[in-house]
Amino acid sequence: MSLDSPLINPHQWVSAHADYLYAYAIKRISDKELAQDLVQETFLAALQKVQNFEGRSSERTWLTAILKNKIIDVYRKKSSGLTIEIKAAEHEQQDFFEPNGHWNPGNSPKSFGIEHNDALLNKEFNQILQKCMQKLPALWMAVFTMKHIDDEDTHIICAELKVTPSNFWVIIHRAKLNLRACLQKNWI
Amino acid sequence: MGYLKKIQYNCKQATFLIEKRMISRLTFREMIELRIHLAGCSVCVLYGKQSRIINKMAFQLLHNFLPSEIKLDDNFKQEMQERIDEALNKN
Repeated sequence: MSLDSPLINPHQWVSAHADYLYAYAIKRISDKELAQDLVQETFLAALQKVQNFEGRSSERTWLTAILKNKIIDVYRKKSSGLTIEIKAAEHEQQDFFEPNGHWNPGNSPKSFGIEHNDALLNKEFNQILQKCMQKLPALWMAVFTMKHIDDEDTHIICAELKVTPSNFWVIIHRAKLNLRACLQKNWI
Repeated sequence: MGYLKKIQYNCKQATFLIEKRMISRLTFREMIELRIHLAGCSVCVLYGKQSRIINKMAFQLLHNFLPSEIKLDDNFKQEMQERIDEALNKN
């Protein structure tokens, strides 16, 4: 595919895709400067690879795939403290459960109003949910996002983030316990 | 503690299985254990319900942003396009 192809036009990339790519990045890493940089790096990396673009996907899909790989790189770098995070998780788990596995009375789930109404229609709730997600450790957020938002295959997530399958389940469980507790605490 | 009592008490394991069930298949044994637990534990039933809703909401939150809500800085965009054009001219 050459640069003259009607399918790809780098002169229009910024106006056509920059906002879209930026939104995609910011939702997944919630760091404005880093998100900006990733968008720029995506365009520059894409220029290097423009010869490989075969037109099988749209220009936007192709650029998004490049950006996605860059985001995974960020996740991976941030997750270097993995063992510490897992240990902390196991330790914190004691806040939620008693030694026999029963809910700790102070932390057990209560109904808090998301069960029946569509809480997302509420702007304030939206912000609380976003804040609670951002509070998760980077690796948990990465696993949670890749699984529940992008619906990636579990094996791929484990391979890309260098997480063992058993740690994957600990993180998924732990992330949800925290997210749920955070929502209950801030929304009641 | 007997085997059955252990299952009935273990909300930590039950919530773990609830999360696992939403993503992959449980083994036969896990499935039976979870059923036994949920039959007697309304708190974990509530947890399961909330957990499903949270997944749905997190999904919607990240997919439903209107494109116009998040925008890159215009100066940054202009500089970026200049950099791209520059790289194109070099080739």
